Amino acid sequence: MAARRKSLPLARNQELWLLACAVLTLAPDVEHAPTWLAAVAGMALAWRATIWWRRAALPPRWILSFLVVAGSAGVFLTYRQFFGKDPGIALLILFLVLKLLEMGRVRDGLAVVFLCYFLLLTHFLNAQGLDVAGFTLAALVAITAALASLANAGLSATANLRLSALMLAQAAPFMLVLFLLFPRVQGPLWGMPIDAYSGMSGLSDTMSPGSISNLSLSGEIAFRAKFEGELPPKHMLYWRGPVLGFYDGSTWRAGPRQAKVSLPDTAPGPAFRYSVTLEPHNKPWLFVLEMPGSLPPGAILSHEYQVLSKTPVRSRIRYELKSYPELVQGIDEAAASIDSHLRLPANNPRTRALAGQWRRESGDGEAVVHRMLDHIRQERFFYTLTPPLLGENSIDQFLFETRRGFCEHFASAFVFAMRAAGVPARVVTGYQGGERNPVDGYLIVRQSDAHAWAEVWLEGRGWLRIDPTAAVAPNRIEAGLASAVPVGEPLPFIVRADLSWLRQMRFRWEAVTNTWNQWVLGYDPQRQREVLSRLGLREPDWKAMTAIMAVLCGLLLLGLTAWALHKRARHDPTLGAWNRLSRKLARVGLARKDWEGPEDYARRVALARPELGHGLAAIAALYIDLRYGRLSGTEARRKLRRLVADLNIPSRR
Amino acid sequence: MQAVASFKRWLFRLHGPEPAPIVLTQRRVYVLPTGAGLAYAAVLGLMLIGAINYNLSLGYALIFLLAGLGLVALLHTFRNLVQIELSPGRVEPVFAGDLAHFGLQLHNRRSQGRSAIGLHFDGQEAIISDLAAEATTSIGLPIHARKRGWFRPGRITLETHYPLCLVRAWSYVEPDMRCLVYPRPESSAPPLPLLATGDSDGARAGRGTEDFSGLRTHQPADSSRHVAWKAVAREQPLLTKQFTGASTMQVWLDWDALPTGLGVEARLSRLTRWLLDAHAQGLAFGLSLPGKAIPLGQGARQLQDCLEALALHGS
Repeated sequence: MAARRKSLPLARNQELWLLACAVLTLAPDVEHAPTWLAAVAGMALAWRATIWWRRAALPPRWILSFLVVAGSAGVFLTYRQFFGKDPGIALLILFLVLKLLEMGRVRDGLAVVFLCYFLLLTHFLNAQGLDVAGFTLAALVAITAALASLANAGLSATANLRLSALMLAQAAPFMLVLFLLFPRVQGPLWGMPIDAYSGMSGLSDTMSPGSISNLSLSGEIAFRAKFEGELPPKHMLYWRGPVLGFYDGSTWRAGPRQAKVSLPDTAPGPAFRYSVTLEPHNKPWLFVLEMPGSLPPGAILSHEYQVLSKTPVRSRIRYELKSYPELVQGIDEAAASIDSHLRLPANNPRTRALAGQWRRESGDGEAVVHRMLDHIRQERFFYTLTPPLLGENSIDQFLFETRRGFCEHFASAFVFAMRAAGVPARVVTGYQGGERNPVDGYLIVRQSDAHAWAEVWLEGRGWLRIDPTAAVAPNRIEAGLASAVPVGEPLPFIVRADLSWLRQMRFRWEAVTNTWNQWVLGYDPQRQREVLSRLGLREPDWKAMTAIMAVLCGLLLLGLTAWALHKRARHDPTLGAWNRLSRKLARVGLARKDWEGPEDYARRVALARPELGHGLAAIAALYIDLRYGRLSGTEARRKLRRLVADLNIPSRR
Repeated sequence: MQAVASFKRWLFRLHGPEPAPIVLTQRRVYVLPTGAGLAYAAVLGLMLIGAINYNLSLGYALIFLLAGLGLVALLHTFRNLVQIELSPGRVEPVFAGDLAHFGLQLHNRRSQGRSAIGLHFDGQEAIISDLAAEATTSIGLPIHARKRGWFRPGRITLETHYPLCLVRAWSYVEPDMRCLVYPRPESSAPPLPLLATGDSDGARAGRGTEDFSGLRTHQPADSSRHVAWKAVAREQPLLTKQFTGASTMQVWLDWDALPTGLGVEARLSRLTRWLLDAHAQGLAFGLSLPGKAIPLGQGARQLQDCLEALALHGS
């Protein structure tokens, strides 16, 4: 019979349910799917809706076969392959809408529902925020209601939705247990197609004029840091990223990665311990507060004091470490390395001339540094997010003509001038500052905090951080980007200082998001071990986890079984009062017999105890009226209860 | 095959007809995933691989919620069937080859309704019914009656896929029910052997169809042709016109009078046809079978008695 039931034709309300589910499931894909596919899907849905509305016949099979072939070819032409994230999603979308056009039986309806469930998962490839979770839950209720309608077309839409919500609520404890205890595996299981990590933004390992100011227009979060104890002062919040030592006349680049170095055993000055939750950016560098005093597991330290992960950061990761802001590195830098930090292309003659002049006048490296900083301070330089475009001799143009620039202009010009004056120097990129969220105490560092500064090497003193931007716009360092750029510049909405109530809302929202990220999205094998050992599970391995998971699921199932077997006979207040009367009279040996009707019972009691006769007759009459007659309502029921309660049974003398 | 059948009997605790009412206790309700349920599990497996591969933490949550949903569906499907009370109802006799409808009373004690409960005899069309809360639902379960005599339909399967089609819960019951199956009336039988049986003395003159003799209270078995419609028009209760007729047509259906070449079932079949014809024509008829005779009589009761005798002939 089972097979026959599934080949039943779909009822109209079932078709409508499935159509609505498909629309709901596909809605978020409009943004990410190729335009042609979104258009095809939209047209197919409209077609199916028209068929439903007009009670028309489904399209013939040859049209569907043609659409499958044509659609698959379209997917292949778009992506040049069938495997991987994006072509996979495109094919799923295609199959869903075509299945809808073919959908005539319960079996097809089931296939549509399963495809919808699968497509819900693919939405998470683009975003996993709280909003996405909320939407998914709503879609889940609707799709499950559609599935329920397949089992019984006769139920109303509200009944279906209520049933679906009830079942999902009952499934939630299972989800919690499995989520906590299912042994997590660090993916990926196999090599990922290249397209898996497109669309991640962040600092790159090259810097040319405009690259950082472009990044600064984004309010996206780069990472969050949680300090143990006090936050370091703002001017110490330099988060070290790619170190760029090579200049080709227009672009700064990182040098070839050389041998890693080990950490110093001791370091002077205060230490800060903190953890960083880094958003994925598809690059290997990890941002650390200058200068790192320890390394996260699996990370290495380059000779430029850059902390690198072995693989690109492709999912949100969390690492803990410690930093010494006063640690100086590179005192015993190799001669070859120092030479390489003096190389320059043969352009920008005016800058070279000026730097050479400074060198001759001051003689010593440190004095040159100060001459340059004084120059930036005294001449009329502007710090702006919208600098004019520069030509071939970009540094000459910037220093002597436009004098308007963002941090990359200042850093680049500074390092160029230093090298021209014979002082080894390099550009360091990363983030500067951050904003403390008063709600949860996390320091939030955004893309708009991206920064570039310089390091110079002085004999006997090692590499020293010099931030030329601080010379022109001290506010940038002390108060952030919003207070440093002139009013009216196109700042990201999120960092603008003038909307304080909005900031409060944002802080709250970001604290919630952070909790979500830390505990739901960041629940990886490491976090799982942490949580389970905090719950008292020592050395949790997958066997123990599976065992506990099975036991807990079994207990939940037992509870549900008890619920399923529980007989809930509706309590009838009228019957309750009548039974209470019988119990009351049982004390004097006058319990009602099972076969006795109300009138007979009243008569028998009246015979045995004439003094009760009158009261009992009234109760019996009211009971008969309530239970078998037209009488109803709470007032009459209350009266019956009162009569029963007030019946005074004097015990026999 | 024998071993499989006896294993099934042992597994599903089938021990022949049971006394009413039959309660589907939890020990006799079985659950297994349907084909769709297995497909659902396979889809979840694929989704899990995807979630692991792309490190989708929220994907884990979605998959685990759906896995939980599968388990919850198991319980809901089980709950939809468990504790139904089933008692046999009326079964009308049928002719061999017709559909017999076995009446069943399904009692739902629970204060929630139950949806989409299917019942069927082995290999027969299912009846799908909803059971209202705290109510009794009557259904007639069809099965083809093939042979005359007492027909025991065997076990009934109650099953449900509600609420998500992912799980099938089922139970076997064998209520103590039987249906009387009359022989199949022969389709092209010779005409009735009408007898002007030698009753010219009029001694057996009784009720006939010729002369009106009076009115009596209407009984359900009376032919509607004899209802006194004029009396009804005067707002009197239903009355039946009675007739007398000395020449009442009588028919005596005798087993031994049938051609000798005819087999047992063929004889029964022809007699059945004749009985039906005689009754339809309002004749008085009697039946004689080897070892059994039913005296002349008339009306539905007489027809039933005769048909029953034919049905149970030889048993």
